[in-house]
Amino acid sequence: MMYLKSSYSIRDKYLRRDMLPTIFCPGCGIGSVLQFTLRAIDDLGLSQDEIVWVSGIGCSSRVPGYVNFDGLHTTHGRALAFATGIKLANPDLKIIAFMGDGDSAAIGGNHLIHAIRRNLDVTAIIINNFTYGMTGGQVAPTTLKGLRGTTAPYGQFENPFDIAQLAVTAGANYAARWTVFNYLQGINSIKKALQKEGFTLVEFLSPCPVSFGRRNRMKTAPELIRWYQKITVPLAKAKKMKPEELEGKVVIGEFADRDRPGLVREYREYIKRAKKMMGWEQ
Amino acid sequence: MRKEVLFSGFGGQGVILASVILGRAAAVYENLYAVQTQSYGPESRGGASRAEVVISDEPIDYPKAITPDYAVFFSQEAYTKFLHTVKEGATVIVEKDLVPHRDPEFEKRLNVIALPLTEIAEETTGLSLTMNILTLGILVGVTGIVGRESIEKAVRDAVPHGTEEINLRALRRGFELAEKLKP
Amino acid sequence: MRYPFPVGRSDFIQGDEAVARAAILAGCRFYAGYPITPASEIFEAMALYMPLVDGVSIQMEDEIGSIAAVIGASWAGAKAMTATSGPGFSLMQENLGYAVMTETPIVVVNMMRGGPSTGQPTFPAQGDLMQAIWGTHGDHMLIVLSPSTVQEAFDLTIRAFNLAEKYRTPVVILGDAELAHMRERVYIPNPDEIEVVERKLPANEDEAKLPFGDPHGDGVPPMPIFGRGYRTYVTGLTHDESGHPRTVEPEVQQKLIGRIFRKILDHKDEIISYETFELDDAEIAIVSTGIVSRSAIRAVKMLRERGVRAGLLKLSTVWPFDFEVIEELAEQVRKIYVPEMNLGQLYHLVREGANGKAEVELIAKIGGEVHTPMEIMERVVG
Repeated sequence: MMYLKSSYSIRDKYLRRDMLPTIFCPGCGIGSVLQFTLRAIDDLGLSQDEIVWVSGIGCSSRVPGYVNFDGLHTTHGRALAFATGIKLANPDLKIIAFMGDGDSAAIGGNHLIHAIRRNLDVTAIIINNFTYGMTGGQVAPTTLKGLRGTTAPYGQFENPFDIAQLAVTAGANYAARWTVFNYLQGINSIKKALQKEGFTLVEFLSPCPVSFGRRNRMKTAPELIRWYQKITVPLAKAKKMKPEELEGKVVIGEFADRDRPGLVREYREYIKRAKKMMGWEQ
Repeated sequence: MRKEVLFSGFGGQGVILASVILGRAAAVYENLYAVQTQSYGPESRGGASRAEVVISDEPIDYPKAITPDYAVFFSQEAYTKFLHTVKEGATVIVEKDLVPHRDPEFEKRLNVIALPLTEIAEETTGLSLTMNILTLGILVGVTGIVGRESIEKAVRDAVPHGTEEINLRALRRGFELAEKLKP
Repeated sequence: MRYPFPVGRSDFIQGDEAVARAAILAGCRFYAGYPITPASEIFEAMALYMPLVDGVSIQMEDEIGSIAAVIGASWAGAKAMTATSGPGFSLMQENLGYAVMTETPIVVVNMMRGGPSTGQPTFPAQGDLMQAIWGTHGDHMLIVLSPSTVQEAFDLTIRAFNLAEKYRTPVVILGDAELAHMRERVYIPNPDEIEVVERKLPANEDEAKLPFGDPHGDGVPPMPIFGRGYRTYVTGLTHDESGHPRTVEPEVQQKLIGRIFRKILDHKDEIISYETFELDDAEIAIVSTGIVSRSAIRAVKMLRERGVRAGLLKLSTVWPFDFEVIEELAEQVRKIYVPEMNLGQLYHLVREGANGKAEVELIAKIGGEVHTPMEIMERVVG
C-alpha cells in the first residue's frame, strides 16, 4: 500500500527544501535508506514533532539536516551518547540515530555497545558502505578482508565487525540487516524498529561507488548491488550452511526481535525504587 | 579565635571520622566556621592517616593546620612525624599503648594526656573501634572547643545507624575522664 | 517541592557535595558522569538525589559520552551537568567545543588534580586553567568560574547554571582536589532565597526559525528546544542563523564566531566577579584564584602585621578575564605576585593585564600541596 505514495510526496512532506540538494554522490545509497525511513514514519503516522534525528559525522550523518524534524548533528561517533541525554531528559521523544559504519562501529563503537546494553530507547539506522566515504575511501571496521581502501591499499588485512550481530549479542530488542536493494524488507524492519521499546537497529549495506566501489572494481551502484546479491545470504539459508561456506558472506535478515524493558522504563522503576527505599513513597 | 586540631594515626582507627564529627559539631551546632581536611592517597588505606580541623568564629582563610592547638596521636608513626609541629602549650592526647617511644623533653612544653585509649574503649563499650569517639569526648571535655551537647548531636549524625548509643557511651566516658584530668 | 537534603540551614559537607546540592537547587535535573578521583563524590551525590527529585543520573561509558549526554539533555530542555577531573576533562574537550558552537547551556565541573596524564589523582593542582579556557580546538568563548571555599563551590555552581542559561553557553567550574574533598560549613539556602535563571525560549515563530540569530540584540538567541514543534536543526558545522550548515563562506563563520564572542564579552561586567581584600592602600598586590586565595588572604594578614601594605585580588571568574582591573591594579601597586599551583598560567594573563605598569612575579608550586601562607609571605618580604 505504502508504495502508492510517490517519492515526491514523501519529499515534499518531510524534507527541508531549503537544504537541498544533498551532498550525496550519484549512486549513493543513503538517499534510499532515508526514503525507507521516511516511508516507515509516514506509514506509521508518526508526528514530525515527536521525533528527533541524531547523527555523528560522515555522509550519512548529514541526513538530519535534510529532514524537517528536530535534529542534532553531533561529533564523530557520539550520536548515541547525545541521544541518551535527549531520551532520558524527555522520554516522550522518539529518537532515530542515523549513522555510518565507521561512525557507529569504530570511533563510536563503545557508545554503540553500551547504548545497546542499556537498551536505550532509540532506533539506530546504520548505513554500512564498508568505507569512510566523506574522507575519501579509507577502510572501515566493516571492510571485508581483501577489499581495498586508501589506508589499506593492498587489501584489508583485519577482520570485519558484524554490526547487526554485535547488536544481538549486546542485547538489542530488534536487529536486522538488509541491502538497499531489499527495500520492502527494509521499510518493514524500520517500521518494526520504530514501534518497539528499547534499542532497535536496522543495518543497510549501502553503495558508495565513488569512495569504495571505484577502488574495488565496482564503479557504479548497479555493480555494487549485483555484488551485494553475490555476497549476501538470507538468514534461513545461512542457518543450513557450514561456517566455511559462509566465509566472506554477509547474512541478511532479522536477527533479534524481543521485548526486554527499555532504559526509560527501567529508569522510571528505578525512581520508584529510590523513593520507596528512602521512605518518600509507599 | 582560630583553633587548629590535628588527628593522626593509621587507617581504620577512625581518625577521619573523628575530625568530621568535631567539624560538624562546630559548624552545624555551634554556628562557628569550621573546615576539615585530610590527607588522601595510599596512606588512607591502612597506612598513616591524618586529618585536620580548623575552627573559628570568623571566616577561615588558610584551611590547614599551621601549628595545631590540639593534637591526637594514635600511632607511633604519627607521633614521631607530627609531634613537633604542635603549638607550645598545646593539649595533646596520646594513645599510650601504641606510642611506646615518646619525647619527654618536648612534651614538657605541652599539656599531654597519655592513656591506653583502645583498652578504655574496649572496657567501656566492648568495641575497641569506639576509641576515636572516646578520644573526642576527652578532647571536648578537656578543651571545651565545642559544647558537649553539640558533639553528642554530631556523633549521632555521623556514626553508622544503629551504633549511636554505643558511640555516645564512649563519648560520655571521655567526658568523665576529662573531668578527672582537668587541673 | 521536597529536597533530599536539608535547606535553609548550615551543613558541614565536602566541596563535591556542595556542587551537587547547588546544582539541584539551581534546577539541574540531568547528570551524566564517569567515576574519577576527586570528582566522584559529585556523581555519587547526584546518584543519590536525582531520582528523588525526578531527575536523571546516569553513568556513561566514558567522559566523552558524559558530556555528550549532557548536551543532548540540554537540547531536550533540561538543565544538565557533568563533573570530572583532568583526564576526563581532556576527553571532554571536543564536545565542549560542540557546546560552544551549538550554544548549548551546560555546566562542566573540573576538580583539578596533578597532571599531565594520570598524574596525582588525589592531590590538588591548578594546571588545567589554560585548558579550561583554550582546551577545545578553534576560536571559542566560554565562561570559567573558580571557587576557593565550599560555600563558593555552592554559590558559584548556582551562578554557573544561571550564566549558562542566560548566555546559552557552557560554563566550566574549576575546583581542585583539596576543595573537592574538604568539608566546610556551608549555608544551603531555601529555594526562595535563590535567584534561578531560565533560558530564553522563542517568543514566536520568527524567533524559532532563527535558533542562531540575534533577535534581541544581546547576542543570545532564544533556544528552540526539541519536542516543541520548532523543528530545530543543530550542527557543529559552521551554520547560519537558521542553523543551516554554511562551511565555505568566510562571512558566515565570522558572523557566528563573532557573535559567540560578543555575547560573552559584551556582558563581561556582569559575568566577571572578584573580591578584594586590603587593596585600598596596597602597594603590593597578590592576584590569585581558587584554593590558593585562602593562603593568600592569610599571607596578606601576616604581611600587614609586619607593616607591609599588601592586598589581594581574588578572581572568582577566570574567563572572560578582566584585563582592565589588573591594569588599574598595576597602576596602583609596585608589584603583583601571582601564587598558583602550576608552573605559570594565571601569571601570563596577569602580566598581560599589568601591561608593564607593575612588575609581576609568579609564585609557582606543584606537587600536590597548597601554598602555605608563609611561602607566599616569604617571597614577598624576600
